[in-house]
Amino acid sequence: MHPFSYARPTEVTEAVHELAGPARAKFIAGGTNLLDLMKVNVEQPNRLIDINRLPLNTIDELDNGGLRLGALVTNADTAYHPLVEQRYPLLSQAILSAASAQLRNMATNGGNLFQRTRCYYFYDTAMPCNKRQMHHSDQITGTGPAGCGALGGYNRIHAILGTEASDGTVHCIATHPSDMAVALTALDATIHVTGPNGDRTVPIGNLHRLPGSEPQFDHTLRPDELVTAIELPPQGFPDHYTYLKLRDRSSYAFALVSVAVGLEMDGDVVTNARLALGGVAHKPWRKPEAEQLLIGRTATREHFQPVAEALLEGAVGYGHNTFKIDLAKRAIVRALGMAINKEKREEGE
Amino acid sequence: MKYIGEPITRVDGHEKVTGQAKYAAEFNVPDLAYGVVVSSTITKGRIIRLDTSRALAVNGVIAVFTHENRPKTAWFDVSYKDQDAPPGSPFRPLYDNEIKYNGQPVALVVAETFELARYAAMLVDVAYEATPCDTDLLKHLDAVRDPNPGVMNIFKPLPPKPRGDADQAFAEAPVQQSAQYIHGMQHHNPMEMFASTVEYGKNGFLTIYDKTQGVTNSLLYVTQAFNIPFNQVRVVSPYVGGAFGSGLRPQYQLFLAVMAARDLKRSVRVSLTRQQMWSFGHRPATVQNVRLGARPDGTLTSITHEAMAATSQFEDYMETVVNWTGKLYPSENATLRYKIKSLDLYTPLDMRAPGGVTGLHAIESAVDELAYKLGMDPLDFRLKNYTERDWTEKDKPFSSKELRECFRQGAERFGWATRNPEPRSMQRGHNLIGWGMATGIWDAAQVPARAEATLTVNGKLRVRSATADIGTGTYTIMTQIAADTLGMPIDDVVFRLGDTTMPPAPIQGGSWTASTVGSAVKSACDALAKTLFRMAKRLPKSPFVGVGFDDVQFIDGAIQLRQNPSKRVSLLEVVSRNRGRAVTETATSIPNLIKHNSHSRNAHAAAFVEVQVDEEFGTVHVTRAVTAVAAGRILNPRTARSQIIGGMVWGISHALQEESVMDHRYGRFMNHDLAEYHIPVCADIHDLDVVFVEENDTIVNPLGVKGVGEIGLVAMPAAIANAIFHATGKRIYDLPIQLDKVM
Ligand SMILES: Cc1cc2nc3c(=O)[nH]c(=O)nc-3n(C[C@H](O)[C@H](O)[C@H](O)COP(=O)(O)OP(=O)(O)OC[C@H]3O[C@@H](n4cnc5c(N)ncnc54)[C@H](O)[C@@H]3O)c2cc1C
Ligand code: SF4
Repeated sequence: MHPFSYARPTEVTEAVHELAGPARAKFIAGGTNLLDLMKVNVEQPNRLIDINRLPLNTIDELDNGGLRLGALVTNADTAYHPLVEQRYPLLSQAILSAASAQLRNMATNGGNLFQRTRCYYFYDTAMPCNKRQMHHSDQITGTGPAGCGALGGYNRIHAILGTEASDGTVHCIATHPSDMAVALTALDATIHVTGPNGDRTVPIGNLHRLPGSEPQFDHTLRPDELVTAIELPPQGFPDHYTYLKLRDRSSYAFALVSVAVGLEMDGDVVTNARLALGGVAHKPWRKPEAEQLLIGRTATREHFQPVAEALLEGAVGYGHNTFKIDLAKRAIVRALGMAINKEKREEGE
Repeated sequence: MKYIGEPITRVDGHEKVTGQAKYAAEFNVPDLAYGVVVSSTITKGRIIRLDTSRALAVNGVIAVFTHENRPKTAWFDVSYKDQDAPPGSPFRPLYDNEIKYNGQPVALVVAETFELARYAAMLVDVAYEATPCDTDLLKHLDAVRDPNPGVMNIFKPLPPKPRGDADQAFAEAPVQQSAQYIHGMQHHNPMEMFASTVEYGKNGFLTIYDKTQGVTNSLLYVTQAFNIPFNQVRVVSPYVGGAFGSGLRPQYQLFLAVMAARDLKRSVRVSLTRQQMWSFGHRPATVQNVRLGARPDGTLTSITHEAMAATSQFEDYMETVVNWTGKLYPSENATLRYKIKSLDLYTPLDMRAPGGVTGLHAIESAVDELAYKLGMDPLDFRLKNYTERDWTEKDKPFSSKELRECFRQGAERFGWATRNPEPRSMQRGHNLIGWGMATGIWDAAQVPARAEATLTVNGKLRVRSATADIGTGTYTIMTQIAADTLGMPIDDVVFRLGDTTMPPAPIQGGSWTASTVGSAVKSACDALAKTLFRMAKRLPKSPFVGVGFDDVQFIDGAIQLRQNPSKRVSLLEVVSRNRGRAVTETATSIPNLIKHNSHSRNAHAAAFVEVQVDEEFGTVHVTRAVTAVAAGRILNPRTARSQIIGGMVWGISHALQEESVMDHRYGRFMNHDLAEYHIPVCADIHDLDVVFVEENDTIVNPLGVKGVGEIGLVAMPAAIANAIFHATGKRIYDLPIQLDKVM
C-alpha cells in the first residue's frame, strides 16, 4: 500500500479544488472499493480526499415529481427510503441484491457508480491487464499495452457484449459490476456533476463507456469531476418492474447476468418498456430498439423471445463465459414475465 | 455421568464472543517489529536480480531478508520435516534463487510498523527468468505414478492389493456402469489468516504465538530448522480461528518470523494476507475413474476405482481416496488404485475429510447411477451390498457399524419411502425437485497422548494437554470428561491447551482429538482419583479404612462409599491436608493395539438431500438435508451437532461452489480472495437436520468415541449430485456443479 496524505473538506468547491491539486489524488466515500484496491496496489493515490463531510447526503423530491439522490447517501439508506421503495422499487431491489448489509451501510451512491471491475486479472498486479497497464513498460514485453489476461484466460465473469474496438480488435472484456447502475440505466437517471468548470449533467447511458481501444477509462467524467447527485425522472415503473440477478451463490456475489425491467401496461398491452442488463458488458447494456419490439404487444412469452434475441445481438463468448449468452436470453424472458405478474416476481428465480 | 452426553454450551464461548480470546497475531509484546512477505509472481524459474535498496531506503524499515542475505539454517532436509511432512524434500523459505511455485515467498520486509513494512514490500524489485510451468493435472493423466508412501502411510493407507479379476468380471457383468469424476483444487481459508508472533526474550529465549493445529509440531520444526535447543523455545496457541487442516503443517510465516527475530534479536510478527492464503497447501486436483459391474439382482460383482491426484515437485502428498470404496462394498472382484503426478504447485495438504469427500463423491455417485440402471432404489442397492467386514483390512470385522440404522433412521426422518424414483417427477412452481442420498464413512483413529490433572489447594480441577481447539469444541468436551471422571461440578474444572510447556499431544486432525486427548484426560483424571483416594484413606478418622478404590465413587466434589453415601470426604478436605500443595498426576493414554489390530474402526453416516433446481438458469438450492451419523458415543450433542452441520454446509460448498481456479498459462490461482472464492452464505443454507444413531463401541477407546469432524461432510456431495439427477435427469460428474453445468 502506497503512502498517502489525507484531506477532509466540508465544501464541494473545496473538494473539487483539492482534487485539482497534486497528481494522483482520489475521492474516497465509503471506501469499500477504493481501499480494497489500494491494499492490493492496484490503486495508488498520493492523496485521499474524504468527501463524507460534504453536504450531499440527502434525498429530495423534485418539482417535476422526480427524486434527487445525494451522492453520499448510503446504498442502504437509498434502498430503504420510503419514496424510493414506493416510486422506484426497481432501484431498491437492485441495490439490495448487491454485496452484503454491512457493505451497503458503507457504500455510497456516488462510489457505487465508480466501483471498478471485478476482473481477477485487474485485481492482481502480477497479471497482465490493459485496463491497469495500457501504457506500461518492462524489459521483457517492452512498452505499450500489457495485454489482457482474461482473454484466453479464466473469464467466467467477463463480458459478452460490446467488447470490440471499432477496428474489431479486443482489448478488454471486463464488466461493470454495479447492480445499482443497471437499475438506474433502466430508469434513465441523470447524473449531476461538478468540477472546476462548473456544473453539468450526464445521462446515465453516457456515464460509463465501452472499452474500445482505451480500456483504462471506465467512464466519461474528467478526473477532476465530482458526482453530486443522481436524479430520477418521474416515471419509476412501480407497478411492473423486476430486478433479476443470477449468480454463483444466493447472496454476496456479483451478477453473472442481471436484468432490470420496467414496464407500463394498458391491460395486457405493453405501452412503455425499459430493459437493462448487468454482468454482460463494460457498462449497463441497454438497447432502445429492443424495447420498441414490446410496445403495443401483449405481454406473452412469444413476444419476449425476440426482445432477448435483439438485446443479445452480436454477443460473443470467450470460453468460460460463453454460457452467459443463453443465460442472459433466458433471464430476459423470465424477468419480463416477472415484471408483468406480481406473483411471479415474488416467486423470484 | 453428569456431563458426558449432555449439550453443554461451549466453555470458551464467552471469551470468544467478547473478544478476550487471543489469536496468534493478537499477542502484543513490547518492541515488536512487523514482517511482510513478498511473494513470487512466477511459477517456475529463477530470481535473476533482487533489488532491496528502495525498500531499505524507507525510513523505519529495519531489514529485508532474501535468499541472498538470509541467516544460515539447517543443512539437511530432515531438519525441515514436520510431523505431517509427506515423503520428499520440504520446501525451505528463502533457500535459494529457484522458484518452485507461484506465490512462493521471495523476501521478508521487516519494519517498525505493519504499514511501513507493507509499503516497503511493494518496493522490493524482483526480476525473474521464467521457464514454462506445468500445473494442469488433466494434461498429464498418462504420466501418473505410484506415490512414495513414507511413514504417514499408517494413517493414510495405500490401496489394498486387488482381489479377484475386476476387468474380467466387469466384462462379464450384465449391468455395467462407468464414469469419470473431476475435482478442482480448494484452499482451506479459515477466517483467521496465518500469523506468528515471535517474542524474543532474555538470552534469546523464544516465545512463539503461532497459528497451528499442534504446538508440538511447530516446536519441533523450529528447533530443528534453526538448531535451537528445546528448552529455548515455547510455542503457544490457545485459540485457532479455524484451520480445517491448514494448520497441520507449520507454514512459512513461522519460519520467517523466527529467522527475523533471531537475526534482529527482536520480537517479530509475520502475518499473511488473504491472498497469501493461496500460497501453501490445498486440496489437490483429482481425476477418478469408477467402473462397476453387477448382476441383475443388484449384487456388485466388479469394482474398479482409480484416482489420480496432483502433488508438488518436492513432496509426495497422498490421501486415502479409493480405500473407502472397498470398506463399503464387498465385491469379489475389486481393483483400487491411487496415483499421483508431480506438478509445479505447492504440496497439497489435508483439508477437512481429505480423500474421503473426494473418493466418496465418485463411488456414491456411481452406485446411484448403477442402481438406476438396475431399476433399484439406491437405498435398497446399498442394503443389498452391505458388509460387516472390511476386505481392505484383511477382512476384519468392524469395531461397530450402525450404518444400517443410519439408513433406516435417516430415511425415516427425511421421508425417503415416499420417493418416486422417476427423474423429473417432482416440481414446485417452475422448479424441479429431486431427492438423493449417499453413504459416508470416516476413520475412527486414536493415537497416544499425554495429559496432566491437578487438584488445586482451593479444590478446583485444572487439566492440561498440548492439543488444539480449532473451533471444534475440544475445550468443552475435555472439561466434561474431567468433571465426570472426578465427579466435580463443571464450573470448578478448567481445561487448558495449546502450550508446549504442557504434556504433549499430537496435531489435531483426522477427527481423532476427542478419542486421543479425551482418553489421555480420562487417564490423568483416573490417576488423580486414585492418588486422592489413597490420601483420603490416610486422613485421621478416615471413613475409608479397609475400603478398596472400586468401593467408592467420586461425586459432587467428594469421595463417597458406594454402599453408604454418608461416609464421604470432600476433595477440598483431602487437598487441604496436603501441606498447602496441590495434587498433580500425569498420564499417557495409548491405544489398545490388540483390540485395534483385530478390527476395522470407522464412523458411518447416511445423507439424504432435497434439491430445488431452476432448470432454465441451472441454479441449485439444497432445500433440505438430513444426515444420520453413527460415531460411537456422542460426548456433547450440541458441539457434535455443530460439527455435523458444519460438515454438511461444507458438503454443499464442495458440491456446488468451491474451487480455487488456476490459470494454467501462468500457474497462478485467479480467484484468490473471498469475494470470488465462493463458499455458501446464509442464504444458501436451508433446513439441515442431524440424527445421531446410538452406537456402542468397546473397541475404539475406553470412552467409546469416534470423532465427528469429517463424517458430516463426506456423504453430502454425492447425495447432492444424485438429487440433481433425480430432479433433472442429468448426471453431472465434475465438481463444483455451478449453474452453467446444469442449465
Ligand atoms: C465483497 C464485495 C461484494 C460486493 N458485491 C456487490 C454486488 O453484488 N453488486 C454491486 O453492485 N456492488 C457490490 N459491491 C461493491 C460495492 O457496491 C461498492 O464497493 C460500493 O458501492 C462503492 O461505494 P463506496 O462509497 O464505498 O466507494 P469508494 O470505494 O469510496 O469509491 C469508489 C470509487 O468511486 C470514486 N468516488 C466515490 N464517490 C464519488 C463521487 N461522489 N464522485 C466521483 N467519484 C467518486 C472514488 O474515488 C473511487 O474511485 C461489493 C463489494 C465488495 C467488497
Ligand atoms: S478484461 Fe480488462 S480488466 Fe480484465 S485483464 Fe483484460 S484488460 Fe484487464
